[in-house]
Amino acid sequence: MSMAEATARVPVEKTYKMYIGGKFPRTESGRYFPLEDQKGAVIANICRGSRKDFRNAVVAARSAFAGWSAATAYLRGQILYRIAEMLEGRHDQFTAELVLQGVGKRKAKKEVDASVDRLIYYAGWSDKYQQVFSSVNPVNSSHFNFSVLEPTGVVSMLAPDDSGLLGLISNVAPAMVGGNTCVVLASESMPLCAISFAEVLHAADVPAGVVNILTGFHEELTTQFASHMDVNAIIYCDGDVDVAKSVQIEAAENMKRVISRVDTKWAEESAQSPYFVQDTQETKTTWHPIGG
Amino acid sequence: MSVTGLPSASGLPDLRQVTPVDEVGVNERVARFQTRSIKKESKIEALKMILSMIDLTTLEGQDTPGKVRQLCQKAIHLHDSMPGLPHVAAVCVYPTMVGVARKALGDCDINVASVATAFPSGMSSRKIKLEETRTAVAEGADEIDMVISRGAFLQGDYGFVFDEIAAVKEACGDAHLKVILETGELGTLDLVRRASVLAMHAGADFIKTSTGKIQPAATMPVTFVMLKAIKSFYFETGRMIGMKPAGGISGAKLAVHYLVMLRETLGNAWMTPEWFRFGASSLANDVLMQLQKQATGVYQSADYFSKD
Amino acid sequence: MKSQANKLAFNDGWHYAPAPESTDHIRIDEKYDLFIGGEFVAPEEGRYFETINPATEDTLSSVALATETDIDRAVKAARKAYNGPWSKMKASERGKYIFRIARMLQERAREFATIETLDGGKPIRESRDIDIPLAAAHFFYYAGWADKLAYAFPGRNVRAVGVAAQIIPWNFPLLMASWKIAPALACGNTVVLKPAETTPLTAMKLAELIQDAGLPPGVVNIVTGAGETGATMVNHPDVDKIAFTGSTSVGRIIQKSLAGTNKKYTLELGGKAANLIFEDAAIDQAVEGIVNGIFYNQGHVCCAGSRLLVQESVADEVIEKLRERMETLIVGDPMDKNTDIGAINSAEQLETIQSYLKIGQDEGAEMYQSSCDVPRRGYWCRPTIFTGVSQSNRIVQEEIFGPVLAIQTFRTLEEGLTKANNTPYGLSGGVWTDKGAKIFKVTQGIRAGVIWANTFNKFDPTSPFGGYKESGVGREGGLHGLGAYVKMAT
Repeated sequence: MSMAEATARVPVEKTYKMYIGGKFPRTESGRYFPLEDQKGAVIANICRGSRKDFRNAVVAARSAFAGWSAATAYLRGQILYRIAEMLEGRHDQFTAELVLQGVGKRKAKKEVDASVDRLIYYAGWSDKYQQVFSSVNPVNSSHFNFSVLEPTGVVSMLAPDDSGLLGLISNVAPAMVGGNTCVVLASESMPLCAISFAEVLHAADVPAGVVNILTGFHEELTTQFASHMDVNAIIYCDGDVDVAKSVQIEAAENMKRVISRVDTKWAEESAQSPYFVQDTQETKTTWHPIGG
Repeated sequence: MSVTGLPSASGLPDLRQVTPVDEVGVNERVARFQTRSIKKESKIEALKMILSMIDLTTLEGQDTPGKVRQLCQKAIHLHDSMPGLPHVAAVCVYPTMVGVARKALGDCDINVASVATAFPSGMSSRKIKLEETRTAVAEGADEIDMVISRGAFLQGDYGFVFDEIAAVKEACGDAHLKVILETGELGTLDLVRRASVLAMHAGADFIKTSTGKIQPAATMPVTFVMLKAIKSFYFETGRMIGMKPAGGISGAKLAVHYLVMLRETLGNAWMTPEWFRFGASSLANDVLMQLQKQATGVYQSADYFSKD
Repeated sequence: MKSQANKLAFNDGWHYAPAPESTDHIRIDEKYDLFIGGEFVAPEEGRYFETINPATEDTLSSVALATETDIDRAVKAARKAYNGPWSKMKASERGKYIFRIARMLQERAREFATIETLDGGKPIRESRDIDIPLAAAHFFYYAGWADKLAYAFPGRNVRAVGVAAQIIPWNFPLLMASWKIAPALACGNTVVLKPAETTPLTAMKLAELIQDAGLPPGVVNIVTGAGETGATMVNHPDVDKIAFTGSTSVGRIIQKSLAGTNKKYTLELGGKAANLIFEDAAIDQAVEGIVNGIFYNQGHVCCAGSRLLVQESVADEVIEKLRERMETLIVGDPMDKNTDIGAINSAEQLETIQSYLKIGQDEGAEMYQSSCDVPRRGYWCRPTIFTGVSQSNRIVQEEIFGPVLAIQTFRTLEEGLTKANNTPYGLSGGVWTDKGAKIFKVTQGIRAGVIWANTFNKFDPTSPFGGYKESGVGREGGLHGLGAYVKMAT
């Protein structure tokens, strides 16, 4: 042992766990898969989430739904903004994680920039999308009639594989700003940022269960995400026609809303709009008589 | 202002507990009555029933004994060329004309109804109102149509109105008491229902919509709310109360729709002059014209029906 | 109950003489072919099926049975019209055609109402006062959107989807046809529409009207047949969009069969709506709302208020008033202008309803039916209520689609909401209370797409309609109904 080695500090490596109900458990299955860098060295052992983990996450998301959907638009906007602040503060960490997973340094930095900006973008929509999409309907009778948006409920998401941070945030942010709660299966090849992002969510006072993030094999869990009877909508971003087909067939069992975001260019402006919020909203129309 | 609306020893219920009324729902229900298509024998039956339920009315400052005698003549002889017609239920006049009417009607069983209690405004002292009531009854009135003190009612002084009705009822003796709510001055259907409940508890035999001097007078929605109040009162107490829409019902078709509403709300027990009246001056002739049309198949002209 | 001593009598005495709508002003052909490419053409296999009057069981007419070749022909005609005149036409001109349909429907309203009632069994009063006027109003509403679509989708350019296959149910035949066709045409699509097999006649009359209106051939094609014909439409590869109204079970099959395709779809499916009556409600109007909620159109309404949830403190009063109101409902000849409740749409549906009446009784619920007489021929069901039921009863959980009401009670607002939402459906709901703040709490709390507060079963072209959860996907009606028929681009 050289002197230099003798005095060097051994870095503490992070254990990447999952995020369910505001806690960071390991998978109940005890399974893992190694994430390797391009040279084949192990970066981390990633939880290989199971169907039971998913079930627990849906329970957490369902129980968080009543509170989160009833939170004021202002509060939801504040929390999204807070997430952005927390992410900005950990910019270097996320850039490094992306680099570690094979993204070029400049590109990685841009992705983190865009991720923060995307959160800010949706934070700003929190108290506006309702105004854009609501209507007062001039019915032909003595009734006051109006239509508003309400969140669809629990949304399961199969995050895009090729965009570990921005792709995840681009799906989570519009759903959560609209009052939905979500269960996300992180990118399989780039899961690190998803778990670190869970820490950001945790630090930003996002109520427990509003966002739940699992890691694991898409091939194994896609069926669970699509078929669970207490999930109201599913978003998928990758996969061939067969995957899409099986998702749609399984989703039909409880008439889930199926939202395809295949071929979305996550880095571009086209990957953000209030229509992404609307995707996981239901229109509720209310009638009331006008009388004395 | 006195404390009001609270249950009192006199039997005044807490009017704030009265079931609320939804105006749009009432209007929708009433519109349904008006889509009923009454044809053939059921129409003829209805038209005759309407005639028998009419309080033939003259309440003008220009009324004279001559005018009242003519009205009584009409009441007895609605249209003699048409056999089998009923006579009207009553003639309705001012107190000063009760004696004239009584005499003109002779021994036929048409009632004399008299408005009283400083009709139409009701703005007089209780003493005078009671005196007027007693006078009308003494002159031969079988029925008294009183007005409530709308000012006191709107002020929330329900106890005052309750006591006044009860006092007039007592002054009526054997005469039937119809209580005019003057719904056109009450403003909302909720208050129409409250006033109905109040009047029934205070001793009304009939509740009546209007004096005819204020617009709107009788309307189907208002009458419907009063019928509903009568129904609830019947369920609670077992007592039947009569209903009299007055003013603004001049067409036979509209009157038939009132009967439809009556039938589908209170049922057949109320479908007699004992429990339902139309306060009207020109309704009888339109009904007669419709009856003639039913008999002949030919549409009629007003020139062939006496205007008294 | 103290009130029972003081019963009202509605049976004897003055009654309403029959007031039948006449049929001398209408024409029903012996046989109807398929309306494809602007012409009436015989079905490839030459098969026809009968449509009957459910009130008399008499045959009214025969309609063509469309099979695969016919559907293919219809889709081709629609595609040709889409590629040809319709997508190239100025939007304002397109709108004028739709306005023209609306006007012609208004002109011929009485004829359509009469045929609707003959073919479907619903009371003529409803066809005349609701179905047909609303159908015309739908065309009128969407006609005006044709050249204003840019204002409906801020920040987006929209264009038509293409060819829409539309499958509609038998409970509101012409009205559902208008809900489907009007927005589709306004957005520039062409359509192939299939009416239900028990109620095809007003759709075929609409085909005649559309021919008279001079729409370019193939813009609207109307084909007849049963479920198999519908499945063929759904699975046709050159269809871009499916719009279906019907049962959740068929909706699920459709959603599955569309998997892996890029076809857009909207599904309007079943319901089991809760109608909540609070103790502070305008009780008399609430009772009327209950009646309208479940007995309107014989209860053949996907958004019917089929579960009554009444606060315990007023339950006796509400149920007593409801029973009494039921006695005044006139059940019978749908063509009589005074009929409130007409015929059950088909023998099959009557069987379904009767099976639920048995299930309800077997489950121990107490059944009460109005005492009215019903005709001997035809399909009839007296207005029916069940008391003494709980959430676990099948008559509480499953859609009956008939004049059958399950009554439960609740004590607190939270309990009421929990019961209201304890269902896989989420199409509609009702709340009755005189307190404003409570209205908003309950209307927000019910997870359903249409909520009626102090009213029920109201419809309007401007008012979006559609379900949460298993009651469907997408909205029809209003501005939101346009989304189903456009593709968006930035």
